[in-house]
Amino acid sequence: MYRYDSYDQAIVDARVEEFRDQTQRRLSGALTEDQFKPLRLMNGLYLQLHAYMLRVAIPYGTLSAKQMRKLGEIAGKYDKGYGHFTTRQNLQYNWIKLADAPDILAELATVEMHAIQTSGNCIRNISSDQYAGVSADEVADPRPWAELLRQWSSFHPEFTYLPRKFKIAVIASDDDRAAMRLHDIGLKLVEPDGVVGAEVYAGGGMGRTPMVAPLIRDFVAEDEIISYLEACLRVYNRYGRRDNKYKARIKILVHEIGVEEYRRQVEEEFAHMRELGLNPPTQELARIRTFFAAPAYESGLSDEIDRSNPAFALWVDRQVAAHKVPGYAIVNISLKPIDGIPGDASAEQIALAADLAEAYSFDELRVTHAQNLVLPHVKKADLYTIWQKLVAAGLAEANLDLITDIIACPGLDYCALANARSIPLAQKIAARFADAERQADLGELKLKISGCINACGHHHAGHIGILGVDRKGVENFQLLLGGSGAEDASLGQITGPGFSEDGVVDAIEKVTDIYLAERENGERFLDTYRRIGMKPFKEAIYG
Amino acid sequence: MKILTGNDLASGDVIWWAGDGWSRQVSDAADVGTHGDELARAEEAALRVVGAYVIDATLDEDGVRPAHIKDRIRAFGPTVRPDLVEQPTEADIGKWVI
Repeated sequence: MYRYDSYDQAIVDARVEEFRDQTQRRLSGALTEDQFKPLRLMNGLYLQLHAYMLRVAIPYGTLSAKQMRKLGEIAGKYDKGYGHFTTRQNLQYNWIKLADAPDILAELATVEMHAIQTSGNCIRNISSDQYAGVSADEVADPRPWAELLRQWSSFHPEFTYLPRKFKIAVIASDDDRAAMRLHDIGLKLVEPDGVVGAEVYAGGGMGRTPMVAPLIRDFVAEDEIISYLEACLRVYNRYGRRDNKYKARIKILVHEIGVEEYRRQVEEEFAHMRELGLNPPTQELARIRTFFAAPAYESGLSDEIDRSNPAFALWVDRQVAAHKVPGYAIVNISLKPIDGIPGDASAEQIALAADLAEAYSFDELRVTHAQNLVLPHVKKADLYTIWQKLVAAGLAEANLDLITDIIACPGLDYCALANARSIPLAQKIAARFADAERQADLGELKLKISGCINACGHHHAGHIGILGVDRKGVENFQLLLGGSGAEDASLGQITGPGFSEDGVVDAIEKVTDIYLAERENGERFLDTYRRIGMKPFKEAIYG
Repeated sequence: MKILTGNDLASGDVIWWAGDGWSRQVSDAADVGTHGDELARAEEAALRVVGAYVIDATLDEDGVRPAHIKDRIRAFGPTVRPDLVEQPTEADIGKWVI
């Protein structure tokens, strides 16, 4: 994992003290709320429905055990004993007192963490593949690139006041586990002819105008990626719609001027950038890479797993993924218990995850955009012990990528922007489909719920998506089918008129019944939908 | 009726204007008539509240009820974590939220 150098630490420490002073000035009345609000937002502090909310950055979703433990301690000490892992691979605390915020940031700084650029019209936390560095099919570990981008984008003076927020994802596998093409810019590391570089996608995103990012360039050499991104950002920064918040994202610019014209302008800017020699020295990427060297895996380990306990075997089949090193496995920890809240973890559960990472996963964890956790380097011989500990902590649900592995934003239970509650609906759907055999029979089925058009719950990218709306003060839910955030990215289509909370649960059951009746040759729900189209589902739902 | 709500500046807690100060219980909320905006400005300037705004509510035999679901959830707390709700003055306070 990356470790701060003295510059990183000094910057973060100075930022904490700056915010401490700003907070004191706010509490004393020296700053008005209008003056203070942009300052607190630059430090991840929002004012939500019930309290201040602090969003902590987890760079590319990677954490050490020590960092995870600190997140749990803060949840217990300053919050109400839990935190919420988000679709941006971050963590949110829901019950923060303004006066405590500087102390929390100071505690985070002791473990090389912060909340900088988790809000505002800047380049946000870089997201990545939760299997980075351990997936057999990646061309390179994307984390050094994500870290390089983090350093490049942190406090970048030119990109601190963009037309709108800007999200970047980096992946390096054909399997897209990071919804890469639904970011403002997506990088996919590729290696044609043995040379590593990146495919660059620009203009993706969800929200009120969802777009799948088109390919802007099929190859950028690795030592020119930063310059090329500078060029992409410069064109956006110059022409992005600052006049209209709802048209200010890069996706609107790319859509309005067209991919060809955007590409032409970026190439023109890129040619200019090349003359300036602004690429970081190659030794900096080499330095960063050393932090992501593979841990000291043991060799000669057995791949055998004792599957005599049926519940354990079920969990292994669902939650454990292939690791590139023989004898090791990737463990997915579900934060989606049937009666739980998607993405929420108690201080004790966070502490347990830290302990497991320290004892069994070379001190490392990942957070996924699907609001789950990952132990990336687990010996297969340790799986049973880990499972037992997860069972005791209520973290052993075996539902990865099944219908109850629901992505849900905080919704109207917490969020000031929301129009409807996401969590109770997620709980009702999970309860309806709780039977393990039924879930397994339905197979991969990604269900995603957003409580408003801003789409934090990625409803556009759900095989089944749900959007909560406000219909004259009453919660109403639109149903979407056919979305995907994976390598086969697509946007879901609305089925028709919306439903009540109970009505949408019934509608989902009808949709899954059609799938079960119509599927062929091991098709997933999404495959069947794409083959037979919306009509049969619509007929089943609306009669 | 019109009532005034916001968040306590220091703690962030949801608060309701009770006529002579702020309360954490919506049942204490007072009708601010046409003076809500003026009160909000004064209380924000006095550093007692942040993000104050006037909402519609009803008053009947059950007490004060914010008109919109968002404000009823603010009054009650997250509907999915009843264990975190501040001790309500009314035992069945959760029933009228949705």
